[in-house]
Amino acid sequence: MRVSGAKAVVEALRDEKIEVIFGIPGGSTIPFYDALYECAEKGDLRHILARHEQCAAHMADGYARAKGMPGVCTATSGPGATNLVTGIAVAHMDSSPVVAITGQVPRTMIGKDAFQEADIVGIVTPITKYAFQITNASEIPDTMRAAFMLANTNRKGPVLVDIPKDVFYEEVDYMEAEKVRIGGYVVKSGEPHPYSIKRALGLVLESERPLIVAGGGVIASNASAELVRLAELMPAPVATTLMGKGAIPEVHPLSLGMIGMHGKGEANMAAEEADLLIAVGMRFNDRTVGRMEKFGENARIIHIDIDPAEIGKNLGVDVPIVADARKALGTLADRLLEVGIRKKENEWSKRIAELKEKYREFYNSDESKGALSPKRIMKILRSSIPERSIVTTGVGQNQMWAALHFQVLEPRTFITSGGLGAMGFGFPASLGAKVACPDRPVFNIDGDGSFLMTEQDLATAVVERIPTVTLVLDNRVLGMVRQWQCMFCDKRYSETDLGAVPDFAKLAEAYGAEGIRVENYGDLESAIRRSVGAEVPVVIDVPVSRDEKVLPMVPPGKTLREVVWFG
Amino acid sequence: MAEDEMRIISALVEDRPGVLFKVASLIRRRGFNIATITVGGTEKEKVSRITITMKGNAAIVEQLVKQLSKIPDVIKISELEPEASAFRELALVKVSAAEPAKRSDILNYISIFRARVIDASKDSLVIEVVGQPRKIQAFLDLMKGFGIIEMAKTGIVALSRGAKSASAAD
Repeated sequence: MRVSGAKAVVEALRDEKIEVIFGIPGGSTIPFYDALYECAEKGDLRHILARHEQCAAHMADGYARAKGMPGVCTATSGPGATNLVTGIAVAHMDSSPVVAITGQVPRTMIGKDAFQEADIVGIVTPITKYAFQITNASEIPDTMRAAFMLANTNRKGPVLVDIPKDVFYEEVDYMEAEKVRIGGYVVKSGEPHPYSIKRALGLVLESERPLIVAGGGVIASNASAELVRLAELMPAPVATTLMGKGAIPEVHPLSLGMIGMHGKGEANMAAEEADLLIAVGMRFNDRTVGRMEKFGENARIIHIDIDPAEIGKNLGVDVPIVADARKALGTLADRLLEVGIRKKENEWSKRIAELKEKYREFYNSDESKGALSPKRIMKILRSSIPERSIVTTGVGQNQMWAALHFQVLEPRTFITSGGLGAMGFGFPASLGAKVACPDRPVFNIDGDGSFLMTEQDLATAVVERIPTVTLVLDNRVLGMVRQWQCMFCDKRYSETDLGAVPDFAKLAEAYGAEGIRVENYGDLESAIRRSVGAEVPVVIDVPVSRDEKVLPMVPPGKTLREVVWFG
Repeated sequence: MAEDEMRIISALVEDRPGVLFKVASLIRRRGFNIATITVGGTEKEKVSRITITMKGNAAIVEQLVKQLSKIPDVIKISELEPEASAFRELALVKVSAAEPAKRSDILNYISIFRARVIDASKDSLVIEVVGQPRKIQAFLDLMKGFGIIEMAKTGIVALSRGAKSASAAD
């Protein structure tokens, strides 16, 4: 089939079974959009027109995480491409399969500082799994296949394909690409090595106080069922990282909730007291482990990860298992069944129950420092929306309140910028998630500061009819920084006061979305319940006191034991 | 092996634009401190060898090797044990040699070190010396006494000793 380069890109997207792309056209991608025009007419490749390329990237990311398939975004050369950067960095840190297609100035102009030229391949190389620049249309089929293969295999991550404008016009014989090879890249089976499993099993059988710490890798590899099976067989309580939320239903008796700087008391204390840590699909991030050299000091550690470079990167471990989380957990559970299951009731499970009881009252108390209590807002949200709803978050206090107090029941229903911590992620990610799962209600828990970074894509939500609901926890400050200023800077609140604008309900209405301001818990609950099936995007403005803190908190550089409960 | 012993990392990479940039970018981004890096051709078309030397303990080198092996263009990468590998560096040094007495001393050292004069003028010599870094350093230390005008080193290239090849698996 003799086609233009632009058409070849579209054909390649079809071959990858891509149904939707998020983007904004520009000078260098005019020929690409011309090829998309026919798709729009046939209705077979949906394009969602964003209002900012950063949002297009976050949408593709939210789509990828909700659906478990690659998300695709596109931008023009220069500023279009550089606007994608934050979104690509988020996907990189959280190992999300996003493929970005950027236009580039024509080949003869590359390197001449042409209008809207940026060295996007150079810019994104450190934050992608791979960045291609196509130099000839004949490379398109193989390159596109390679891009999706790289993005969606082994440890997943973003890939960028940069295409000069004149390449879009060049003719090419399009044939679906066969298997492609890139250097030394091997798609791994993910099977654990039998010897590692044997050693891990030995540690499991010797342990008295095991704890499983599950990270985002468990969700990425769809390993939740295997995780729960292993936990129940051992039995071992399960703490999750921020990225691991949803790996085990948080109402499961063995679930301890999130571990780390803003982790739950029981999760952090269990990590301190455990004699065996099974860390799976997590990477011992500083926000997760507190003081690195003290983490798991008295425990032996089994580390399961698909990426061999994660083994020993932050923390030395006793038994590394380089494998897919699902396969490793499943195999470990199978071996454990063969050697026999241990007794269910033991000292450790009593201790865990005791820890949970000890902190129960703290989590149940609803007292607030004026306005509405974030804890109770989260509980009302959980009880007012269907179990299968998807929740995305902004970054900051809103995110940590959600992580601490919003119980996630299914994998891929809690989507957050964990690694990069990019404010503004939640709202566009909610749009991507809703496009991926139109039959699920999607709620974005956001802060006022975070939401204002990407709210212009309310226009996208309204025009493209993507009805998600945003809860703005509205304290009119950059709350997390303010909290640190309160706790560690002697209340010197430097540049964290945002002032009393805007009116979020009116802002939503200006876009043609529904805006609701609530003042009490009853109004909040009815607003949430009403918006579950809403056909237009909804913004619910929820007042929260600026003095409200995320607690408990492990101060930076401290061990998980040195937690602060009041402030 | 001592903490600050020289380590040699040898990588076979696809010969395509941007690969050196990717390798160098990763080294910078992850905060590794390298001593030398060289790039050149191999027995195979479209395959280049990058040789990196650095000082550091085993854990740091292992982490660098693991991170570099994640770059898809890297075909094969391993650490070469200095005892089990042949490695060489080349230096060019321009020495002032106006006085005849000095000049003959320099020529003596050149012969001892099996170096070569590759250019000569009335007032100076350009000398090529090849060998292990220690030998080159010893030669340069001697030349300092005569006055080094300028100097250039290539960085280290290395191969493992014996019949096996890093790319044998292909």
